[in-house]
Amino acid sequence: MPAIVLSPSLAAVTVCVYGFIAYTAILSFTGSKMFARFDFVGWRQYERLFENPRWITAIENMAIFGGLYIIGATCLGLFIAILIDQKIRLEGVFRAVFLYPMALSFVVTGVIWQWLLNPGLGLEHMMRSLGWESFTFQWLIEPERAIYTIVIAGVWQVTGFVMALFLAGLRGIDTEILRAARVDGAPIHKVYTRIIIPALRPAFLTVFVIEAHLAIKSYDLVVALTKGGPGVSTELPSTFMYSMTFTRNELGVGAASATVMLVSLASIIIPYLYSELRNDRHA
Amino acid sequence: MTAMLESSSAAAANRPGSIRWSKQFGRVFVYGCLALLALVFLAPLLSMLLTSLKSMDEIRAGNLLSLPSTPTFAAWANVWGASCIGVTCGGLKGYFGNSFLIVVPATFISVALGAFNGYVFAQWRFRGDNLIFGLILFGCFIPFQIVLIPMAGLLGKLGLAGTIPGLILVHVVYGICFTTMFFRNYFITVPAEIFKAARVDGAGFWAIFFRILLPISWPIVMVSIIWQFTGVWNDFLFGVSFAAGTNQPVTVALNNLVNTSTGTKAYNEDMAAAMIAALPTILIYVAAGRYFLRGLMAGAVKG
Amino acid sequence: MANLAINHVTKSFGSLAVLNDINIAIEDGEFLVLVGPSGCGKSTLLSIIAGLDEHTSGSITIDGDPVDGLEPKERDIAMVFQSYALYPAMSVEQNIGFSLEMSKMPKAQRLERVSKVADLLQITHLLKRKPGQLSGGQRQRVAMGRALVREPKIFLFDEPLSNLDAKLRVEMRTEIKKLHQRLGATIVYVTHDQIEAMTMATRIAVMKDGILQQFGTPEDIYDRPKNVFVATFMGSPAMNLLPATVVGETLSLKGADAVLPVPASVVAPLTEGREVLLGLRPEWLSLASAGSPSGPSLPLLVEVIEPTGPDVFAALRAGEREIMARLPTGTPVAPGQKASFAIDLSKAILFDAASGVAL
Repeated sequence: MPAIVLSPSLAAVTVCVYGFIAYTAILSFTGSKMFARFDFVGWRQYERLFENPRWITAIENMAIFGGLYIIGATCLGLFIAILIDQKIRLEGVFRAVFLYPMALSFVVTGVIWQWLLNPGLGLEHMMRSLGWESFTFQWLIEPERAIYTIVIAGVWQVTGFVMALFLAGLRGIDTEILRAARVDGAPIHKVYTRIIIPALRPAFLTVFVIEAHLAIKSYDLVVALTKGGPGVSTELPSTFMYSMTFTRNELGVGAASATVMLVSLASIIIPYLYSELRNDRHA
Repeated sequence: MTAMLESSSAAAANRPGSIRWSKQFGRVFVYGCLALLALVFLAPLLSMLLTSLKSMDEIRAGNLLSLPSTPTFAAWANVWGASCIGVTCGGLKGYFGNSFLIVVPATFISVALGAFNGYVFAQWRFRGDNLIFGLILFGCFIPFQIVLIPMAGLLGKLGLAGTIPGLILVHVVYGICFTTMFFRNYFITVPAEIFKAARVDGAGFWAIFFRILLPISWPIVMVSIIWQFTGVWNDFLFGVSFAAGTNQPVTVALNNLVNTSTGTKAYNEDMAAAMIAALPTILIYVAAGRYFLRGLMAGAVKG
Repeated sequence: MANLAINHVTKSFGSLAVLNDINIAIEDGEFLVLVGPSGCGKSTLLSIIAGLDEHTSGSITIDGDPVDGLEPKERDIAMVFQSYALYPAMSVEQNIGFSLEMSKMPKAQRLERVSKVADLLQITHLLKRKPGQLSGGQRQRVAMGRALVREPKIFLFDEPLSNLDAKLRVEMRTEIKKLHQRLGATIVYVTHDQIEAMTMATRIAVMKDGILQQFGTPEDIYDRPKNVFVATFMGSPAMNLLPATVVGETLSLKGADAVLPVPASVVAPLTEGREVLLGLRPEWLSLASAGSPSGPSLPLLVEVIEPTGPDVFAALRAGEREIMARLPTGTPVAPGQKASFAIDLSKAILFDAASGVAL
């Protein structure tokens, strides 16, 4: 019976995850354009991919976006989690306030921040109407700065979830250790830097993996917030892949870019899953 | 909402794991920071709501957070029933309905399958079970770009290209990875002796699941339902890739409405449309968010 | 009710033997206790009897019928678990009646059986509660009720009292024994507590490292342990083991500069100079007084005394050796005092010093 129950899901995952990964990987070694063809061209599509300045921009943006997104959300999320863990009143309300952006779709987030940051009537307009006449905020239309708007919106959306993960970690720390530290006379900041934050190591790992995964997959947010623009200045690998595949009829290049995305994500995820699964039996 | 406050403050009172900053300054600092951050986090939602209730003239006259002098639902009514999206001009309502038609079955099926799978992985040992579970888990994390091309082909072969059942299928397939993980991680915390006792009592595979396990699983069922509901409702990539024309979900329609309109931007309509697209998931969080957090803390996130 | 036979049961994971050729047979109505330190294989053996675990070779018969390969439900057994394993979402009534429900017994009959068992265990007032609302002792009773209601051939208990506090544990011990006497049920009971084993069992199987060390009545096990492990594991304080050398008809105690006669119970011929261990239970020592019959005695230094109420445990010293004695309360001994202690050698046991086997 266990096998019967499991088999439909296993079949689906085998075909739709691993079969499809194999298919896409194979496709990336063919000269496919508008339709899939199986004329193998070796690493040709990968060469074309890395010769494409749009892809290079996408990778650079990924590094900027991914780095700032992970650092920003981790620091802010941890800070809020520590604040909330101070036996505060109305904890439930605060948690809900920080968590609600996670309920929104990236498209909605993109649309909101497009409005908040629009140069005409948004933040700039509000600051000026409040008396700060010289306030200028036009990141959304500055090719050099537009990528940061995506960071802001992304951090806003994910921080609540990061906070929740850290909060769970904080609540899982043995109180006796903390009491022992206080009996030993450790000042509060030392308790945090020497005991609590090291004890959150597993939570940091989980947070990092989830953030990295979200960053690499980010697609909707860019589409809704900047459409990849101005120009291609906020192009990410995900938007690049989509436009190559579905609008530029470069199936082979699209497949190659998707494969690169998968490999980079897998290099983070697989070690993580391996260590998680090895440790968590015998619970 | 009141009940939620009570229960959470009660939990705060006798909860372990916290250190008190005894100094008065510390409390002021904590509440000051929290209040400020809470304002920053709430401002976008507030601005979205306020803007959606204004006319364009008032938007130009006021600012992001100014209150509407004469609140109007005109923008809401327009995007709900009349705005042009693509070539049709029926507003969001049809797409909103599509999203429900996709979300409800996709959530139900993927949660049910995940529960069965999680049960098998947690309590019925077989050779290579951990490896197979790992392979399913990896499916949670793949960038979906890697499956877009072959999935489009498969849906075409099945005759489901561009349709709502096609999208349901896609969401079920990639949703079971997550739901299986949730349920498996929850079920391995159930003491093995309970399963042994049930076997001695003569309960079979399904009796154990439905009579003993399911009645104690509501926290993780809530987590899975919320996760799947929001995940599927908020999906854009699959919707834009695999749904055609009037079968598109509301996220795709919202993006089309906002980003393909010509002429001056009607921000009030954009915000009203965004509110409409966001309302179901926001309501779910308000109603059941604490179950989500509790369940998540209890089982899904252990390390 | 039924007899149980365990024949040459072995369980191994690869080359690691968890159970090694176990042979035990008990009659209908016996109370068998499997006892041993943790990791000795006693719980695994119980799981195998229950059908929750599989053995590698050998066979198990209940009432003469082999049950190897049968599902637990087909063996007509009931089991009480250490954690009680009550179904959290069901009421006490549903918990107790679950097995009957699974065997498709009509509801009226089922409820009657449940209420009878609830009466017997005095938990009728708890029937509508959920396990989460019960105390440890109450949960324990419900777990027993769940087993009793089935009227099985054999009851299996897996350390059922180890989660209770000391007082309740003693109470439940008596209660289980009463139930056994009243129902005449065949019981297999696993514990690591040698007092539970001694007090409850009609037969004890002492296990260590997957090997059955000794199988017999409590008296056998206590008075005639087959080896050093059984001798020291059963009984508290543990049996004293004094290294000695055979010299003629006497034993020369090493490191104590003392000589005792070879106990009369030893029938095996002893070669001169053989290295042995003399096993003395603490209660076989007593303060020698003028009026006591003459017998072997040793001059010993009283180091520590531990009053327990009815008895006083005294740590005594003879040269390098420490000897525990159990003396009646009121015995005039004080730390630092030197006194002569009479030793009852009638039950004393000699073990081979190298192998630990009783001679």
